[in-house]
Order: sequence, then C-alpha cells, then structure tokens
Amino acid sequence: MTLTEQIIAKHAGKRKVIPGEIVDVDVDCLMINDATITHTIDIFKDRFNFKNVWDSEKIILINDHQVPADSVNTAEVHQKARKFALEQGIKLYENEGVCHQVMLESHVKPGDLVIGADSHTCSYGCIGAVSTGMGSTDVAAIMGSGKTWLKVPETIHIILKGKPKNGVYAKDIILHIIGELTASGASYRTMEFSGETVRGMTISERFTLCNMVIEAGGKSAMIIPDERVTEMFGDHHLYQGFFLPAENTGYAKTMECDVSNLNPKIACPHSVDNIKDVKDVEGIKIDQAFLGACTNGRIDDLRIAAKILKNRKVYPGVRMLVTPASVKEYTKALKEGIIDIFIKAGATVNHPGCSTCWGACQGVLGRGQKMISSANRNFKGRTGSPESEIYLASPATVAASAIRGRITGGLK
Amino acid sequence: MNDKGKIWKFGDDIDTDQILPSQYLVLPSVIEMSEHAMEPLMPDFSERYSAGDIIAAGKNFGCGSSREQAPAVLKEMGVRIIIAESFARIFFRNAINLGILLIELNNTEKISTGDTVNVTDSEVMNLTTQKTYDFIPLTDFLKNIVAKGGLVNYLRERV
Repeated sequence: MTLTEQIIAKHAGKRKVIPGEIVDVDVDCLMINDATITHTIDIFKDRFNFKNVWDSEKIILINDHQVPADSVNTAEVHQKARKFALEQGIKLYENEGVCHQVMLESHVKPGDLVIGADSHTCSYGCIGAVSTGMGSTDVAAIMGSGKTWLKVPETIHIILKGKPKNGVYAKDIILHIIGELTASGASYRTMEFSGETVRGMTISERFTLCNMVIEAGGKSAMIIPDERVTEMFGDHHLYQGFFLPAENTGYAKTMECDVSNLNPKIACPHSVDNIKDVKDVEGIKIDQAFLGACTNGRIDDLRIAAKILKNRKVYPGVRMLVTPASVKEYTKALKEGIIDIFIKAGATVNHPGCSTCWGACQGVLGRGQKMISSANRNFKGRTGSPESEIYLASPATVAASAIRGRITGGLK
Repeated sequence: MNDKGKIWKFGDDIDTDQILPSQYLVLPSVIEMSEHAMEPLMPDFSERYSAGDIIAAGKNFGCGSSREQAPAVLKEMGVRIIIAESFARIFFRNAINLGILLIELNNTEKISTGDTVNVTDSEVMNLTTQKTYDFIPLTDFLKNIVAKGGLVNYLRERV
C-alpha cells in the first residue's frame, strides 16, 4: 500500500484498502473558514438538527478569507463564526493568517487524516498527512459525527530529478506539472511527489507543490516524511505504525521529470494549466503584482522577492501588494528587515489572510486590468472583474515584474 | 426515470468562480446568491434560466473551490440534473449531497444550448437531434443519496 492508503486504512479501522473502495473513516481534525462557515452552520443546525459538535478539540475555525471585515455582510459572517465558536467551545483564529498555513503551524501532524472546508486542504501532504477539501454538507456531517466516507484514491507518482536552474523554484515545477497533467489530469487521484529534488526541498517548498495538486483536479497530495519533517515534529510522529513504502508500490501512473531543464513558468489566463515559459510572454504590461497566499506567502518566498526588490522601486503606476501567509511568517519578515525593503520599494503590505487571491478584498481588479500573482488560481474573474487577467508565477517572477511593470523573468 | 428539459450548454473546466463568484458568498442567503449564478459567463443567466432546465458541459465541470454554494445556487434555481463529460471531485460530492443528479456522458459535444433532452436511468435522448446516448449510471451508493434528496436525508434515515 502507498502511505496514503495506509493512513486511510488506519482511519477506516481496516488492515488493507484498495483504490476505488469506499470506506468510512474517522477524521482527526476538521477545519472550516469564513468563506463557507455560515452555510455550514445553517446545515449543521437547521438541516441535520445537530446540537453539539462531535469533539470541540478537533474542530478549528479560521477567519482568513475576507479579513478584516470589508462590508457589513462580511462582518455578520465573522460574527456568526465567533458566536458558534463560543457556544461550541471551538478554537477560532482571527486574522492569524491563511487557514492552511495556520493548520500546518499548529494543528496537523504526519499520519493524520484531515478534512477542510477548502479546496487547498490538500496542502498538508507536505508533512505526510492525508488531507482533502469538502463542501458544507459533508463538513457539517463531520462536525456532528467525526466521520465521513472516502473513495480510496489511486496514486500518481511524480518523481522529480535534478537540480533546478537558478531562478527556478518549487512554484515553477508545480506549474510545469499541472501544464503536463492538465486541469483535470489528476481528478480523484492523489499526487505523490518523490525524488532527489523533493528531498532537497524545504517544507515550505513542498507546501507549494502540494497546495496546487487541486489545480490538476487532485484529491490529495503526499510526500513521504523524511528528516525535514522529523526536524519539525520529532521522530515520534513518523512511527505511528506506518511502514514507508518502497517506490513503485501500487501506483496507477508514474511520471518522471528532470527539473534541471525547466525555465521559469507562468500560468496564463484563465486556466492554471495554460502554462508557458516566462520568457515567451515577457513584456506584457501589468497593473498589479501580488505576493502572498498559502501557495507562496512564507518567509522564504518573501526573502526571494525582497532580494530582488532591495534598493529598487516598484514601477510607477504599478501596485505591488504583499500579504504574508500568517502572522508568524509576517513577524519573521519584520525581524529580518524584509518588510522594510518592501515598503521602501513602494509596495503595500497587507495584513495576513487570503487577501487578493480570494479576490473579494485587499486589492481587486477592475475591467481590463492585469495582475501577476504568486497565488494558485487565475480563473476568469477570480480577483474582481471577469474582464481582468491573472498570471501565476513564482515570487521571483512577481517581484521582477513589479519592478519592470511588465512580465519579466530572470532579474536577480 | 424520465426527466425532460431544455439544455444550457457550457464548455470545459467551468470553475466554481464562474458558477458563483467569491464576492457573493457573504450574501445572507442562497436565494440572494443565486441571482449571480454563472454571472462571469452569462450575466443574465439567472433570469433566462427556468426551473427544470438541464445544465450540460464539457470536461471537469465545477473545478476549483470547495464552495457548496456553487451547486446550491443551481439547485435553488431549479437544477435537478447536470450532464458533463466529467466533474471535478469536490463539486461532484457537493452536488450529490444536495440531491442533484449528475450524469457523466462522453458525447456532450452533441448537445447544444436550446436542445431538449429526455433523461432516463441510463440514456440521454436529444429530442432536438433525435440521437440517443448511453451513460454509466452512478453507483448504487451515490444513487441512493440522490434518491433521498441528498446526504442530510440519507444520513437521517441511516441512523
């Protein structure tokens, strides 16, 4: 069995599961955010008629999508979350950062099975947890019972080899893979990443890979924990009765990718699988540059951008928006003087949260405007007007483009 | 079953930001949200759509976010059936959980906006073109959830 199958089997109380099988599983942790919380509370109370949550310690509420409240309607959403959290004794995070970053910092452990009311819940594969997103009815059912059903996914095994060229990052690699697989190429499947390139990546870089598997339709992501994970959690969490499977264990498909040949990549409007080399679209004028999101808003992302922006200025008329992924990452950046570099360059630093990626606050786009972004989605109208355009790239490409006012790669 | 309806046809990779843009999720009710269904693709869709009309699309319908409000606004407007070449996973679960019948059909390019189709347990007949297409029905487990009107009723009866 793959590690994903082992973790699902353990949570289903079975010795073995096979891909395609539908199993009932116990959930270790459930996360819900302000994007869908009111809908979920209504279903929990009014449709299921639940009175109390199954375990108040295992449910986490996070106000992160539209924070601080930008309208009376949003304020009411947040108020409803607060009231529910208080009434049920549930932990509520407010303005602490993007839910997935906060979950990784404080709640998810290797070997866990985690469900989140958010499609990018697949991110937690970066530390060896099985995690996936679900909608409000499924989530309300888990909130009341602690259980859900899962179809055991097949696994696409992606082996990354080689050392990326200077200026090529985890973001470029995952954009390349999504381009190869297409937006539905991993539908219903797990994407397991391995190989020397992955071993050389920090947890943050692995997070970037796993965060975007949903953009190929993936159900969950997996990177088998190694010493980088042990550094975070200690040995204890790696030995919960799982064996680490040998490569070639029951994979539906295996892809190999030599990353040493890759150039910086960019996802062009309006689909995440519309991938080109940055050099092929250089020169497109931009109105806004966004650095942040659960994809690329951590300290190493901020450092990469700061190195490029140091002693330079954002191009006149271009708005550069920086939103650290969490208060913890923000604090690190403040201590390192990175925030100072952004401010001197003329960028606007926003409070941690989903921000511009969610597209309803902190910098939406008007008709005809173009944005380069370090986030994970470029759907039509994702950040405001359906007549705007979003290009997705690495923090380095975002920073370089902000300086030139045009899509630019390779600035050091 | 026999369910007849007029088709509204969309393309491949219709994401949840097209079905219901994020800025409307803070509206107080699904009824209010439903006025904005499919707005980026067709600003007057909610006015033109009539209850019982069938939505058809290409590959990967409903990709993107986990927002159940996307199928919920469609259901609110009276969508009972969605036909697509394939569905994105989270949307698939969400729609089934709301009791919407999902049909995966290989030949959706043969169905156009304005066509009338008749849906049975294993066939879609395009009454406009007089062509019939077979599909593999949902598994019994999922069909049961849809038959009960969604996951809430299904779980209530199981307890």
